[in-house]
Amino acid sequence: MWKTIVRRFLIMIPQLFVLSVIIFVLAKFMPGDPFTGLISPQTDPARIAELTEKAGLNDPWHIQYMRWIGNAFQGDLGLSYTYKRDVADLIGERALNTFWLSLLSVFILYLIAIPLGILAGRYQNSRLDKTIVLYSFVTYAIPTFVLGLIFLFLFGYKLEWFPTSGSVDIKYEAGTLRYYWDKFYHILLPSFTYAVLGTTGIIQYLRSEIIDAKTMDYVRTARSKGIPMRKVYSKHIFRNSLLPIAAFLGFTITGLLGGSIFVETIFGYPGMGQLFVSSISSRDYSVITALVMLFGFLALLGSLLSDIIMSIVDPRIRIE
Amino acid sequence: MKGNELLKINNLHTGFRIKDTFYDAVDGVSLSVKKNEILAIVGESGCGKSTLATSIIGLYDHNKTRVQGEIVFDNKNLAALSEEEMNDIRGFQISMIFQDPLSALNPLMRIGEQIEEGLIYHTKLDKSKRDSRVLELLQQVGIRNPERVARQFPHQLSGGMRQRVIIAIAIACKPQIIIADEPTTALDVTIQAQILDLLIELQAETEAGIILITHDLGVVAEVADRVAVMYAGQIIEEAAVEELFANPKHPYTRSLFNSIPQMNSQSDRLNVIEGIVPSLMNLPRSGCRFSSRIPWIPGEAHEENPALHEISPGHFVRCTCWKEFHFKTDKGGGTHELYANK
Ligand SMILES: Nc1ncnc2c1ncn2[C@@H]1O[C@H](COP(=O)(O)OP(=O)(O)O)[C@@H](O)[C@H]1O
Ligand code: SF4
Ligand SMILES: [Mg+2]
Repeated sequence: MWKTIVRRFLIMIPQLFVLSVIIFVLAKFMPGDPFTGLISPQTDPARIAELTEKAGLNDPWHIQYMRWIGNAFQGDLGLSYTYKRDVADLIGERALNTFWLSLLSVFILYLIAIPLGILAGRYQNSRLDKTIVLYSFVTYAIPTFVLGLIFLFLFGYKLEWFPTSGSVDIKYEAGTLRYYWDKFYHILLPSFTYAVLGTTGIIQYLRSEIIDAKTMDYVRTARSKGIPMRKVYSKHIFRNSLLPIAAFLGFTITGLLGGSIFVETIFGYPGMGQLFVSSISSRDYSVITALVMLFGFLALLGSLLSDIIMSIVDPRIRIE
Repeated sequence: MKGNELLKINNLHTGFRIKDTFYDAVDGVSLSVKKNEILAIVGESGCGKSTLATSIIGLYDHNKTRVQGEIVFDNKNLAALSEEEMNDIRGFQISMIFQDPLSALNPLMRIGEQIEEGLIYHTKLDKSKRDSRVLELLQQVGIRNPERVARQFPHQLSGGMRQRVIIAIAIACKPQIIIADEPTTALDVTIQAQILDLLIELQAETEAGIILITHDLGVVAEVADRVAVMYAGQIIEEAAVEELFANPKHPYTRSLFNSIPQMNSQSDRLNVIEGIVPSLMNLPRSGCRFSSRIPWIPGEAHEENPALHEISPGHFVRCTCWKEFHFKTDKGGGTHELYANK
């Protein structure tokens, strides 16, 4: 198993290399440059040319690429033009914020979706099932930003139950219990928004898995033993139906690490999604390229993680 | 020797709902199974054998299936029991062996655990006694290293081994009746013989009554005591195995025999009645169900709704004019020729 994992990581290297070239080139071809809009229009064009030259932006792209990748290997992802900060530090801080937000989102997501999916599948075509299916279609139809804004307005501004932006109140000192509680408090509403909207897929998937499983031969065998129906469900039907959901977990986790652009933007939460959007609009190449590389890596990691989870929960799958 | 009747089925009708109508796949079947007896049910695919089996053990979808008639076992009418009441009988007094061992076991559960499940609910054995019972059962079905197999998952076993496991599950609580629905159909020929031998061996030990469903007359000849031939949801002939093989009377039974290619046959033509079992919605609901496949027998030749006639003790035929015709390969006989017009 460890061998496979190492091998899978090694395979990622050429994949990431190709990705890095593509991203780098694409970023270079994006219209505009980082100085536009940052420097006052009165600035002498000669001065701009000088700055551009100094930043190495006039070199051929492959030279720039080599320089960038060389630095990247030394942990230097360059400087963010807009934030005037080290990209690695900037992303590190955002990634941590997004990580907590994602973790809670996934937790709430599964907490809602799994019981609902199970109930809908088990009591297929009942009134309960129809209600759940209706719920899942309604949430599916609502765009993220609409629900986000409704929650923000209702629970944030009207009822004032939750903070409306940020990741923590500056009045708390880092490291104290209050500080962590406040962080948690800040991500609760965004996570909930995200979770509510993400439930549809899992509910529908789980429901149909359960409905399929009911007709399986092994379920008939289980019933032929004369064991109570609730045992047939818990030990045979649910176990097998949850399998693909477990496999999906790897992707879900790494997918969420990319951050939800809408949720983070609406709730003014300083995470990766928000950073990504703002860096694109300000042509902050070093941030964009680093982020896309990271997202690519996460996607590859997600598939590996899914395979590992599968090999743990499904005895038929062994990665050797 | 053969004991008393364990199970008696009276005029059973099992219908499936398609849109808003129920169509009977089992259409008035009466049967009985005795202790220590192997009753074979034969017939082409689609004639209602599996439906009959699942009706007895109650493994059908209650929303889409209608079961009428009596299935008397242990002074109870199984057809009228609730799901919970059936659970006390299923796997305990009546159990079932399925056709496809590859899909009949839960892929995520260890073999031992799957065999143990029934014991938890039907016996008072504690965990350690159950574990040793599981090993004993695995041994009984001819698995040589039971400790190891008990810890394995289904995908680690061959088809034949898995069918042995299914059999172990079925006999775990020493049932009085075992229904085996095509238990060897999905297996290799050599494995088939082993599984049949095992069934016979187990029956000798347990004295259970076995209902063996098959479409393989070779299997029937080898193991059965009595045979019921089904066609389109009805039993069209029933007799002791020797009698049926020596004196098959119903044209359908005879066509089944004739459709077995015989090595020593002088004739190089197969005598097959052409056609297939009609689909459920298109089954004839009156008259002889088989008449559409022998249209050259004139309508007035037979009873309107042929009943089962006892033509000799214990030999029943649902056809009135079997005396009237013969197969091409027969010597002499009736006035109509019965064979495929090829
Ligand atoms: N659950 C079901 N719903 C509808 N029709 C069914 C169902 N199960 C079986 N049938 C139909 O009933 C008839 C008998 O099927 P079955 O009992 O499986 O036959 P056999 O086991 O002899 O091959 C077939 O026409 C089949 O299509
Ligand atoms: S009753 Fe008539 S139609 Fe039916 S099997 Fe006998 S001969 Fe054929
Ligand atoms: Mg069948």
